[in-house]
Amino acid sequence: MAQYRTSRILSDRASLIFVAIVAAMAVIVPILNLAIPQGSPGHVPTYIVTLMGKYLCYAMLAIAVDLIWGFCGILSLGHGAFFALGGYAMGMYLMRQIGTRGVYGNPVLPDFMVFLNYDHLPWYWLGSDSFLFTVFLIMAVPGLLAFVFGWLAFRSRVSGVYFSIITQALTYALLLAFFRNDMGFGGNNGLTDFKDILGFSVQAQGTRATLFFLSAAGVVGAFLLCRWLVGSKFGRVLVGIRDAESRTRFLGYRVEHYKLAVFTLSAVIAGIAGALYVPQVGIINPGEFSPANSIEIVIWVALGGRGTLWGAALGAVLVNFTKTYFTGAAPEYWTYILGAMFVLVTLFLPAGVAGALTGGGHPLRRGLGLFTSMGRRKQPEGGAVDPAEPEAAR
Amino acid sequence: MSAHHPPQGARPNPPALYLNDVHVAFDGFKAINGLNLIVEKGELRAIIGPNGAGKTTMMDIITGKTRPDKGEVFLRHDIDLTKKDEAEIANLGIGRKFQKPSVFESHTVYHNLELAQKAPRGPLAAIFARVSPEMEARIEEVLGIIGLSDDRDRMAGNLSHGQKQWLEIGMLLMQEPDLLLVDEPVAGMTDAETEQTAELLKEIAKTRSVVVVEHDMTFVEQLGSKVTVLHEGTVIAEGPLSVVREDPHVIEVYLGR
Repeated sequence: MAQYRTSRILSDRASLIFVAIVAAMAVIVPILNLAIPQGSPGHVPTYIVTLMGKYLCYAMLAIAVDLIWGFCGILSLGHGAFFALGGYAMGMYLMRQIGTRGVYGNPVLPDFMVFLNYDHLPWYWLGSDSFLFTVFLIMAVPGLLAFVFGWLAFRSRVSGVYFSIITQALTYALLLAFFRNDMGFGGNNGLTDFKDILGFSVQAQGTRATLFFLSAAGVVGAFLLCRWLVGSKFGRVLVGIRDAESRTRFLGYRVEHYKLAVFTLSAVIAGIAGALYVPQVGIINPGEFSPANSIEIVIWVALGGRGTLWGAALGAVLVNFTKTYFTGAAPEYWTYILGAMFVLVTLFLPAGVAGALTGGGHPLRRGLGLFTSMGRRKQPEGGAVDPAEPEAAR
Repeated sequence: MSAHHPPQGARPNPPALYLNDVHVAFDGFKAINGLNLIVEKGELRAIIGPNGAGKTTMMDIITGKTRPDKGEVFLRHDIDLTKKDEAEIANLGIGRKFQKPSVFESHTVYHNLELAQKAPRGPLAAIFARVSPEMEARIEEVLGIIGLSDDRDRMAGNLSHGQKQWLEIGMLLMQEPDLLLVDEPVAGMTDAETEQTAELLKEIAKTRSVVVVEHDMTFVEQLGSKVTVLHEGTVIAEGPLSVVREDPHVIEVYLGR
């Protein structure tokens, strides 16, 4: 059985360093963008601020996935769906802010509805012009879907690879649904051409810097919340479920309640990340529901190292930074590079980049830890005598 | 479904566990076939039987993992276990130890006991859970009973096989159950460890009912308890080990091999 343990002290110090770095970025990057004039050394161009803001939204999403996968063993291959739903909720609000500035100048209906001959707003668009209600929807829609979906799945004890497959089906079903024009969310094109948010232009430098700041705050907030949860007895029950589900059950814990709680919370965090993402990239379309997207999220977490939270965030930033670079420099090779990164990390850093950073021993030996228990080798004197171990370790 | 209760009315002390004419079949295979079993309060009982006799299935039925097709399963005299699931049954006071040591390998010995300790089991309660001084003292006490006081901060995954078995028994104790079901606790243990385990279980049985499923005859002898022999899902003999091992039917199906 694979074990993901890092030294408690080191991982706590790592958490501290992580929070300090993101918090410092939250303050310094906007200052370097706004206070230092363009062209001067030290100025951070606005497009870089937005790009980094995008990475931070991905980092938040990765933290959400690590919470359920790294700590509770729930491998969701559909988390992109919750991210996209949060994004659509924000997109609806942004569409309503366009008002008469749209191509058709309709004060109520977004352009695509006029184009599709809608004569009134569909009921589910009501209230979308209120920012407060939008904030509610951003959390409620992904949360409710995760709750209902999770309740059905966990109550029937669907777990492991079966759960992963139905989460893929979930996001694929949503992809197909959102592609349809009569779904009322802009079909293929999604929602775009946003003008302003809370009265501030989404293109403005100040708005961009603020969105960056909020994304960084979102990462820190999600991290601290998850960290606090996994450090409590609740978190230890989650790890118990991950490592020995039936033992947990026979101790009297309702495993399905724990899974449902953590899955729903994770979906809400993913939704908030999606809502922060949309005004920065300026568009949300059904492509965000693509099953491949959700798989990529899991790769970020695996690369960064699951079960640490900060490792997942780091993985998201690393992979997306590389992606930005290579899709510019050599777009046709990007998927190969991503695949190679994943294979290499799986082979040589089974605890991910985070495991390597916190000093998990020689990479090759840890690599072999794929086949045996890593924890035992660290303290062989206390370990059970496992006849299979010496061969695998050599 | 008959709703009548076990005939405990006349008895001064209701039994800890009562199974009456229990049947379970898997795809036509009768794993449990008319099983009757009464375990008294504070009794230590050994259950033996060849492979496939239905020992583990019996435990699955008592702990709610498997539903019987037919029959009655009662905790004490009033709690119908066939209507409850694993978590409910655990909280009613039945602790189960698995055949393969099943502890939380990436938690410390201390946290294994903390998770097992009798306390509210809901997610919200767990988020805000604190270990009170009394609870702490109980954990220390159990650490002493299972001989792991010096290992409290070690990862359970790093314990020896025997230590894991004891830790799991310790976790059962932390649940403060009335009835412990222990599946092959000495499998893979050294002779010394086996002896210590027998002493440990005898000590526990002073205050609780303990049902031990075991293959190891030496160990069953050390327990010195009443023995129930299971074969093809039904009880074929019951009594002291010395009597049971003379039973021709028992010799035929089990001991004689």
